[in-house]
Amino acid sequence: MRRPPPLWRTEMLLIHCPYCEEQRAEIEFAYAGEAHIARPPDPAALSDEDWTQYLFIRSNPRGRHHERWRHTHGCGRFFNAVRDTATDKFEVTYKAGELRR
Amino acid sequence: MSGFRLDRGGRIDRSRPISFSFDGVTYQGFAGDTLASALLANGVKLFGRSFKYHRPRGLLGAGSEEPNALVSVSRGPGRHTPNLRATAVEIYDGLTATSQNRWPSLKTDIGAINDRLGMFLPAGFYNKTFMWPRSFWDKLYEPLIRRAAGLGEAPSEEDPDHYGAVYAHCDLLIVGAGPAGIDAALEASGTSKRIVLIDEQDEPGGGALDDPALWPWLKESLKDLAAAPNVTVLNRTTAFGYYHDNFIGAVERLTDHLTDVGSGSREQLWRIRAGEVILAQGAIERPLVFAGNDVPGVMLASAAKTYLLRHGVAVGRAVALMAAHDSGWRDAFAHARAGVAVTAIIDVRETVAPALTGEAAELGIPVRLGHSVIRVHGRHAVKAITAARNDGTGHARIACDALLMAGGWTPSVHLWSHSKGSLAWSDELGAYVPDRPNEKVRCVGAGSGKWNCGSGLVIDALPTPRDPSRIKAFVDFQNDVTAKDIHLAVREGFKSIEHIKRYTTTGMATDQGKTSNLNGLQIAAQALGRHVTEVGLTTFRPPYTPQTFGALAGHAQGALFQPTRKTCIDGWAEEQGAVFELVAQWRRARYFPLAGEDMLAAVNRECRAVRSSVGIFDASTLGKIEVVGPDAAEFLNRMYTNPWKALEPGRCRYGLLLKEDGFITDDGVSARLAPDRFHLTTTTGGAARVLNMMEDYLQTEWPDLDVWLTSTTEQWAVIALQGPLARKLLEPLVEGIDLSPEVFPHMAIREGTICGVPTRLFRVSFTGELGFEINVPAAYGRALWERLMIAGAAHGITPYGTEAMHVLRAEKGFIIVGQDTDGTVTPYDAGLDWAVGKKKPDFVGKRSLARPDIAALGRKQLVGLLTDDPAVVLEEGSQIVADPTQSIPMKMIGHVTSAYWSEALGRSIALALVAGGQGRMGEVLHIPTPGQTFTATVSPMVFYDPQGERLNV
Repeated sequence: MRRPPPLWRTEMLLIHCPYCEEQRAEIEFAYAGEAHIARPPDPAALSDEDWTQYLFIRSNPRGRHHERWRHTHGCGRFFNAVRDTATDKFEVTYKAGELRR
Repeated sequence: MSGFRLDRGGRIDRSRPISFSFDGVTYQGFAGDTLASALLANGVKLFGRSFKYHRPRGLLGAGSEEPNALVSVSRGPGRHTPNLRATAVEIYDGLTATSQNRWPSLKTDIGAINDRLGMFLPAGFYNKTFMWPRSFWDKLYEPLIRRAAGLGEAPSEEDPDHYGAVYAHCDLLIVGAGPAGIDAALEASGTSKRIVLIDEQDEPGGGALDDPALWPWLKESLKDLAAAPNVTVLNRTTAFGYYHDNFIGAVERLTDHLTDVGSGSREQLWRIRAGEVILAQGAIERPLVFAGNDVPGVMLASAAKTYLLRHGVAVGRAVALMAAHDSGWRDAFAHARAGVAVTAIIDVRETVAPALTGEAAELGIPVRLGHSVIRVHGRHAVKAITAARNDGTGHARIACDALLMAGGWTPSVHLWSHSKGSLAWSDELGAYVPDRPNEKVRCVGAGSGKWNCGSGLVIDALPTPRDPSRIKAFVDFQNDVTAKDIHLAVREGFKSIEHIKRYTTTGMATDQGKTSNLNGLQIAAQALGRHVTEVGLTTFRPPYTPQTFGALAGHAQGALFQPTRKTCIDGWAEEQGAVFELVAQWRRARYFPLAGEDMLAAVNRECRAVRSSVGIFDASTLGKIEVVGPDAAEFLNRMYTNPWKALEPGRCRYGLLLKEDGFITDDGVSARLAPDRFHLTTTTGGAARVLNMMEDYLQTEWPDLDVWLTSTTEQWAVIALQGPLARKLLEPLVEGIDLSPEVFPHMAIREGTICGVPTRLFRVSFTGELGFEINVPAAYGRALWERLMIAGAAHGITPYGTEAMHVLRAEKGFIIVGQDTDGTVTPYDAGLDWAVGKKKPDFVGKRSLARPDIAALGRKQLVGLLTDDPAVVLEEGSQIVADPTQSIPMKMIGHVTSAYWSEALGRSIALALVAGGQGRMGEVLHIPTPGQTFTATVSPMVFYDPQGERLNV
């Protein structure tokens, strides 16, 4: 049985959904990993190293981090965000497919 | 003066006497007393035993910073709260409190031998000494140490109280209702802002409660706030944590101060989202570090003033002051004016403001400047002190029964730090003060480093002519850390305060070092010969003060811990006396015992029915996704390992879903209803995960595909009819569907009606028998189930549960994702090569299947296991070894994933993940268990009807 994490750890951030255009509590959202890592159009053409790079290697910066969130309990859309990993502050959120900010 | 209670003064209500007990002795106090003030008034000085040395301890403070006087309060079964600070426990009639960490009694404590052995118990002693032999640690050393060094006992019964929770949103949250907080609230109360003012004490006022001159102002101010419709004042409420985006957690204590707790919540958790936060948490006085600073009767000067002026209690009949700060002088003067003898003011400074010495002279208090206390006489209570000049000369013994310490002030920056606001060191205050905010927050009052109680000398420890290695000068009272321990840590090479803290445990007790952190920091800095700011600062973390688990859990316990999902047929199963199990959040019938049957007997009977006549099974929990759109087939083709484009409408296919890393994440049978419409099924636990994954690819990788995904899990009730008589049972009930095998083969779907209800009828089997899964709109599920039970009676219809389902599927070698796979299993490992579309150019996970590690030999592969003794059912999770004679630790080559008694085969069966398993057919492996090692032979995974003939009828 999977236990829900403590509430105050999942609801503290306020996140702006670029589709709903509303700022909502974190509990409505799910984190979805680093952003702007596109699936290669032809994986078979990639070397093992390149595929490994795509599959496993993430930037893990201290500071500005481009990441994906999903408004799971809202509109259901995936979107991108820039968040400072040191302060947890969101700088901006923007729609999937838009250019890296 | 009766006892130590003054004849007049204080905010206590002398018309309301209260009777309570401490360690079995009954005492009287007054409404408005804390347990600490009431016991002090009765002459009690000994409150507890220290954590490590079991030294007698009294009160150090008067508020939530108290490190010493920890007590347990009991209100009957399940209502035992340990580790409460006596200074924060309000008394009520019948309060029953006990001291902690002493045996057999507080006065005579055997553990106090640790104090005599002190020189053998330095920092890191336990880690250094009890290293060997390793095996003794868990069973002998740790339990002994834990028993000897400890806090109160945790309650052993279930907590009968319940705990509320509430959300609040406000424009302005003010934490701390002292003068600064009240001023801030008054200032904002004229605006349209919604304001919440919270304070941890039983009445607002903070420092003003200790100052009778401010009481008229306080009364007026509180009246104004009460009249302001936009201000909410919460007493007995502790803001314990400051989280992101001005989200503050606070616990309000509703009944702990009442004799009759009633039936309401004991505590209430407030989750407050504030537009702006003002922190007015005040400052905590700092103890001084000298030998004997922990003897009962040595306390903070500000605490003594609180007892004097707020509670009307003198902490002694003859008190002395050891000061490094002006504020202590004023506290001593307050005592003198209240008629308490002040036998000496000792100040480590050579000079102080003439106003202070002048006032001392007026009050007739002897003053010794440039002196320090070097010894405290008395063990269970202060009897006298010895002071000496700072150069070590001129010893003088001074009689007193209480010694006040005034070491300066430490702003309470805990919440500020939770919010990740930065701190700046102030040499003048010898403390860190709030600097740059990280949220919309500001600090006011003493918490921001602004106070008007004079100046002081910042000093790490008082000078002493005594051998520093032979004295105990405490820094952290609760964890029994002395200045000597910190010096030792530095000598042993620790340089960072984070390491010194963990090695010595200073600041790591339940008080989080409220009174000890800065002294510890300055001693470490001095020992390292560096400036305090170069030594670093430890991190403040929630909670500000310890909170109950009950308050944090709130209603999320028992049946309300998380939702229990029930199918529409669940009620029928319950009426039949089914035994249930939880699968993900679903409650599923595990088996349906008849009178006198145990689980094995019931499951065997259910399995026999499916293999010989017909069984009925509630499969409604299966995840279901409707995939619609012109590109639906293309989408599924990219998601699943198998090919989907050529699947004809009306046919089903087993779908295997990998993650991009090539490992199995889900599976299920899906049907094509029309060229642009699929009915997908997923595992019960995987439904949400699979939909999320598919949405992810659809929205972000292939937004050009015209496909819609809709969860339909709860829209359909699914009834599985499995067994050779299934068709015979269904035939008369179905309209518009020809069930004959020529036109409705295995792995097909037809739409029509059953008992007049529209249905999607799948011909599928998770048992190896002729089988149908009847999907009807959920509202009809139970009615249809009951009709099938009536119609099936003539065919011996038997409801079966998840346990029989597991046995039947294992007999056929069908895997359960998550049981037979664990996130490291590829289709090849699971023997599902046939489900991988090798001609497909791409699908999710395909490229990873060609990674060298995935293609390598010797990977763990799923195989069958037949125990040599057919009666032995292996335990799932058992480890497998090739050679049972090898020495421990053995090389484990795999583990049992599924194991059951197979009624159809009359023997046990098992599935196992075994290294190179598919190459070990016929090999004998060994399964060591406590007491016995079993042997088993590797076999194919399909144990029953390997040709699948029973399906094609």
